[in-house]
Order: sequence, then C-alpha cells, then structure tokens
Amino acid sequence: MLRDARIVAGKDLRLEARSRVAVNQVLPFVLAVVLLFGFALDADTALLRRATSGLFWVTVLFSAVIIVQRSFAIERHDGINDALRLSGLSAGGIFLGKAASLFCQLVIIELVLGLCVIVFYDVTPSGAGLLIVTTLAATLGIAAAGSLYGPLAAGLRNRDTLLPLLLLPVLAPVLLAASRAFETALGRGVGGGWQWAAMLGIFAVVYLTLGVAVWGPLLEET
Amino acid sequence: MTDTSVAPAAGAVTSTSSGGTRILGLICLVGLAIVGLYAFGVTGADVRLGESVRIMYVHVPTVTAAYCLMIANAGFSVFTLWKRSTFSDLAAHATAEVGTLMLGLTLIVGAIWGRMTWGAFWVWDARLTTTALLFLMYLGYLAVRGLPATPRTRATRSAIVGIAAACLIPVVHKSVEWWASLHQNETVLGKINPNISGNQYFTLMLAMVVFLLIGLWLSIHRFRVLWLTERLDEVGIDAAIDDRRSEYRPPVAQP
Repeated sequence: MLRDARIVAGKDLRLEARSRVAVNQVLPFVLAVVLLFGFALDADTALLRRATSGLFWVTVLFSAVIIVQRSFAIERHDGINDALRLSGLSAGGIFLGKAASLFCQLVIIELVLGLCVIVFYDVTPSGAGLLIVTTLAATLGIAAAGSLYGPLAAGLRNRDTLLPLLLLPVLAPVLLAASRAFETALGRGVGGGWQWAAMLGIFAVVYLTLGVAVWGPLLEET
Repeated sequence: MTDTSVAPAAGAVTSTSSGGTRILGLICLVGLAIVGLYAFGVTGADVRLGESVRIMYVHVPTVTAAYCLMIANAGFSVFTLWKRSTFSDLAAHATAEVGTLMLGLTLIVGAIWGRMTWGAFWVWDARLTTTALLFLMYLGYLAVRGLPATPRTRATRSAIVGIAAACLIPVVHKSVEWWASLHQNETVLGKINPNISGNQYFTLMLAMVVFLLIGLWLSIHRFRVLWLTERLDEVGIDAAIDDRRSEYRPPVAQP
C-alpha cells in the first residue's frame, strides 16, 4: 500500500510541478488574502498580531479548498480516475498518495504564508516545537479530509460549488485546535497547546483511517 | 399521508400510512398534548432559569432525536456501503432529512432561549458553534443526495459523507466539557446527578420519548415516499419502454 501511495504521490507532485498552479495561482492568492486581512482590520498591527493564529489557519483552509478542487478536477477531465481503477494499485494506497501530495503542497504554502505573516503582521515566531508539530498534524488532517471529500465534489458542472460546503465544516475543528495551539506557541494562549496538537493528531488519524476504508467504493462510483 | 397517483389502479399504493403508523401518529399527538399540559400547566418556573425552562422541554428532546436520527443515518450508511442495499440507502436519506429538521429546530429554539437567558440570539459558544457546523454538514449531505447521479453512485457518495458527518456528533456532545462554554452542562445524563428532578424531570423525559417517536414517525413516512418515488421511476421507465414497443408495427409482407 505504501509503495502505491509513493507512486501516486509522485505522479501528483510531478503534475503540479509541471503545471505550476500552486506557485502561479495559489501562492499569489495567499498573499492577496494576507493583505486583504490587513485592510479589513484597518492595518492595526496590534490587532493583526493578536489575530494572527486564526488568520493564518483561515488562509490555509481557503488555499486547501482551491488545491483540493484543482487536484481532483484535472483527474476527472483527463479520465485519470478510470486509469487509476484499471492500474491495479490498491485503493488505500491511492488515497494515501493523494493525501501525501496535498500534504506536501500545503506545507510549501504554509511556509510562504508563515513568512508573509512574519513580515506583514510583525509577528515574532516562538515555541518552534509546538508550531512545527501543530502545523504537521493539522496539515495531515486537512490533506486527509480533502482527499476524502475531493472526489465527491470535483469536475462536474454543478458540483464545484459543493466542496466548500462539505469541507469547511469538517475542517472547523482543525481551525479551532490549530489556532489555539499557535496562540499558545506564540505566547498568547492560556496553555494546553500540546493537547490541541494531540487533538489534531487524532483528527488526522480518524480521517486517514476513514479514507483508507472507504476510498475503494468512492473510486468506483466517481 | 401522501397521494402518489391521481387515478389509482386496483391494488396500487395510494398512501404512505399504514395501521402501525396511524397508531404511532396518534400516540405522538396524545404525547405532545400531555407534554404541553405538563410544560405549561403542571410544572412551574425554574429557580435559576425562570420561565425559559419551558423551552428546554423542546430544545433537549429535539437535539436528542436529531442525534439518534444522525447516528441511525451513519448506521444505515455503513450498511449501504457493505451490502449495497437500496432499503438502507433510502432509510439513511429519510433519517438524515428528519434529523436535519430536528437539529434546525434545536438551533432555532436554542436561539430563542439564548435571547431570554444571555440577552443575545447567538453567542460564539463551543456547543452552539459545533451544533451549527453539524447542521451545515448535514445540509452538505442533503446537497450530495441531490446531485444528478445513478442511484448506486448517489448511495455510495452520500454514505461516505454521512459516516464522516457522524464523526462530529461526539465532538458536539462533549464540547461543553472540552471547551469553556456558556452552554448548560448535560441536563439529563450528568455524571453525578441529573440537574432537574420531580415534574420537570418527568416532563423532559416524556418529551424526549415523544420527540423520538415523532422522529421515527416522520422518518417512516419519508422513507415510504422515497421508496414509492424510486418505484415510480422504475415503473415510468418500464411504461415508456412498453409504449415504444406498442408503437412498433411489423412490416406487411409484400406479395
């Protein structure tokens, strides 16, 4: 299964590297959102610093919706789903590969977003261990949930608008837990940062397990 | 309850009701009347909550019914993926619709209670927010059910969304313990003692039973409507094929 996952992740990442959608479209979108939040909050640096954790993760969620939608739409248009079904790769492996590919893309976006936040919101990073663990656990959860919901809502004419409705409520616990953990790491929370990080880990494990279990029937029917 | 044909043929199904559902409906009606009598006549105002305690006799039962129906939806969804059963797929659809209705009622009634108690229809509280998210997830589920697809594809997709949505139910239920919440702690299933007793407790328990029965009654009727619609689609296709066949005239042999 892991071998299959590596093959699918490699294929997806090669597709993204060649099309450069993440670099040419999603990263400018991230920058635009960071700047718009600044305008919306009246360029109040103190307020922006206080709200950094939430704004960071809201931006990650919006970017995740775009990446998931794009990732599954191109497969539908080119009939790759059928090719994957006929390839003999295990369904669980395909799901894990998709999740791994989304994970890598999101981590790159989060790194750039983190730099933007440091520069534009004048935030001094601290609590590196908690920040890194939270980011990895939350991103894994987002990638797993995105890979599960992506095929349901990608490609067809009247299904594109469905993904945010399905995905954002599911990812709300990630937004909450990751924001709280970041606040603790940045010295503004009331503690319990590692508990929030643990909750993010549980979320990721639940959705990875669910995805491996149900991806087979989902691949057949989409 | 619902007429399915204008001019029914002999033996055709013309209603979603049966002897059992009529009795169940009657029990629900009588039960609601007794709950109303107890809620407004027998029980008094609460020492802490005042008159707003009467809202609890609807709020707690509707959310309990919603949880039960959504858990039933998850169970039917698992069975749909496992056995590919049309019965469980339609049952999942029916329970999700009625569960979403009950959860919507919970949010509306809760907002009214919040206005009376907290002075605002909505506060950014963990229980309220997670309940609203659960409601949105089931709206998403119903949107997936409405997508154009073959019955089998629709059943698979919606079963997966139903199972994933049910994962949020424990988070909603435990949110008042996990996060600092304005919302009242568990009223009935509190760890040490229930927070209410006497006539209030009886009224609440009776209301919970009645609303669960209403949820069951509505789900049965909704299931039968869905079942008949499914049959109608099949009959419609068969009838269209028969019509086309009847139009066929064999060529007359030339002398």
